[in-house]
Amino acid sequence: MSAQAKPRISMKAVLFSLLVLLANIAVHGSIFMFFRDSTLNPLLTAVFAVLWGVFGVYLIYYTFNWAVEQYPEQVRRKVLPFIFVGPATLVLGWLLILPALRTLYLSFFNASSDKFVGLANYAAIFTDRLLATALRNNLLWVFVGTLACVSLGLLIAILADRSSYEKIAKSIIFMPMAISFVAAGVIWKFVYYYQPGDEQIGILNAVVTFFGGEPQAWTSMLQPWNNFFLIMILIWMQTGFAMVIFSAAIKGVPEDILEAARVDGAGEVKIFFGIMIPYISTTILTVTTTIIVFTLKIFDVVMVMTGGQYDTEVVATQFYRQFFMYRNFGYGSTLAIVLLIAVLPVIIINLRQFRKQGGF
Amino acid sequence: MVGRKKRKGNKTVVNVVLGIICFIWLLPTLGLFISSFRPAADILQTGWWKVFPHQEWKAGETLQLSKDVDLREPIEVNGKTYSDDQLKAGVSEGDHRLIWENRRARTINVQERGWEVKPNFTLDNYKNVLSGKEYKLKLGDGSETVQKGTGLSQAFWNTLTIAVPATVIPVLIASFAAYAFAWLRFPGRKTLFVVIIAMLVIPIQVALIPILKDYTALGLNGSYLGIWLAHTAFGLPLVTYFMYNFISQLPKDLFESAFIDGASHFTIFSRLILPLSVPALASIAIFQFLWVWNDYLVSLIFIGNQPNVQVMSMKIADLVGSRGNDWHLLTSAAFISMLMPLTIFFLLQKYFVKGLMGGSVKG
Repeated sequence: MSAQAKPRISMKAVLFSLLVLLANIAVHGSIFMFFRDSTLNPLLTAVFAVLWGVFGVYLIYYTFNWAVEQYPEQVRRKVLPFIFVGPATLVLGWLLILPALRTLYLSFFNASSDKFVGLANYAAIFTDRLLATALRNNLLWVFVGTLACVSLGLLIAILADRSSYEKIAKSIIFMPMAISFVAAGVIWKFVYYYQPGDEQIGILNAVVTFFGGEPQAWTSMLQPWNNFFLIMILIWMQTGFAMVIFSAAIKGVPEDILEAARVDGAGEVKIFFGIMIPYISTTILTVTTTIIVFTLKIFDVVMVMTGGQYDTEVVATQFYRQFFMYRNFGYGSTLAIVLLIAVLPVIIINLRQFRKQGGF
Repeated sequence: MVGRKKRKGNKTVVNVVLGIICFIWLLPTLGLFISSFRPAADILQTGWWKVFPHQEWKAGETLQLSKDVDLREPIEVNGKTYSDDQLKAGVSEGDHRLIWENRRARTINVQERGWEVKPNFTLDNYKNVLSGKEYKLKLGDGSETVQKGTGLSQAFWNTLTIAVPATVIPVLIASFAAYAFAWLRFPGRKTLFVVIIAMLVIPIQVALIPILKDYTALGLNGSYLGIWLAHTAFGLPLVTYFMYNFISQLPKDLFESAFIDGASHFTIFSRLILPLSVPALASIAIFQFLWVWNDYLVSLIFIGNQPNVQVMSMKIADLVGSRGNDWHLLTSAAFISMLMPLTIFFLLQKYFVKGLMGGSVKG
């Protein structure tokens, strides 16, 4: 068999692949319809869904691969990669890339998307009081939340490293990361709970009254400080993440450098700022960016704690409000694009990093 | 030697400080956990920390004053005088406390300080929040009302129905793609991968409005399928990137020897790569699963208010809005939703941490 010879594509192979294509469309199309209209009990649906998810999706690859194998080697080698990346590309294109472009497009239109308004929506971000408050609060979240998570995470990582119960301590601090923001919201609502009268069942108010203070409705009345009580929840949840990563980085600082500094008479504080911080600066940068990106999109906490009332609105909750309640697609899209612009530097950093690592 | 001793002294300080921090970190969850087992009336009357043994004033003997005592004048009790306000709040006298038992009848109770060690615990909150049936609830003043159960067990199954396929599908699709990116050569490979990296941190808000429009047109709103696809798309960039990092690091010889045996890419992928990738698959699958399990925004948008598809996070958020003071429901509901993440966290901590590290950029 010579490789130079023009590959002969048999009619049979073409027929087979058409058949496979049609069969797949038919089978998965009907499964699609079945799930869309199914009124089965949820447990059965779950079982079917898992079976379809695992075997159905695998079968798509299997059948297409089988069809491709009917072709000569040269064709096969060219087509196969597209079968492997095809489904991923289709899903991403339909549900992420195209929508992002469409959102960008919508952001130049008015509330009902039928009149071009240029940059008016973007101007409104800074002039409309609701939107401007959201922006201000979001900056507060990013700044205070990130700073607290990173510094607390670092502090706890160092303390844990020197304590005699490192593992347990790290588990305790890390645990909140596992639970949902909604559950965390309930937990903290209970901590902040306020009822008029002497008997306080929220622990914060109980502590405050114990020391002779006045109980407060922490998340609603104390504007604008109520935002800080919401940010506290983020700190409670995200410090564990920072801590785990810092903890690994700290253990990477060579012991002999630290020992040498100690011999030279440097105190622990000096060692910390003079050696440790510079040594793990890249890690600090990564963790900081990650938490910033995360905090920018904060949504659930605010929704559960205040629903955006009492001036606690952030960009993501305002997006939801504009989009779902006011049906203002112009403002909604613009807010989404604002979030995208905010993470743009991180996207560029990621791409640069990727190229520096040699791309492929 | 001096240095060493100093560090040992430091260690006690470190242990204590860290202990305080850990205690503060644990306290909110502990409060929720304990409260979820307390009767509804108790939760609202006393703080959850009162379940621990503590000293409390207990009713003792009753003193009868003469009926014509003027409440505006200082009141004499056992040779000492008190004001009416003092007796209203209770006034300590040695190890006793005097307090009005019945102000009208002029009776005073001499309370004694005693240990309160027997807290009430109940599983009723869990029963009531899980079932959708009506139940009787005893209020703080002793009266009873009838409330409707929250029906969280249905929401639990819905969440599972959404979370399992929304984990399996993206992980499978992404693994195929990651294999192609790592070991196959095709035009557009680099561009496509750059797009995937660019989308690692993309806020999903930019996609929600157009997807909702498409879903409305296709009739996918409020269906399981719509949610699975949405979660698949939002999870794909990260899972692909994570799997690529793992699969591309596998030794090249592995593939060469397999090729010599005449295996196709598909066979190599299914028989060789997938089994070898189990640790990575487990890590990223756990991450994706918890992401979907804990998700609120995506469900809120694509499920809306269809009660038979609602997931737990929506149900709990609804409870917070509509029954914000019913702590017997909120605490038990929140704890039920935390059960799955906490179990995974404690059983599979190694994978969990790895997945979170890799997945931390997602949003």
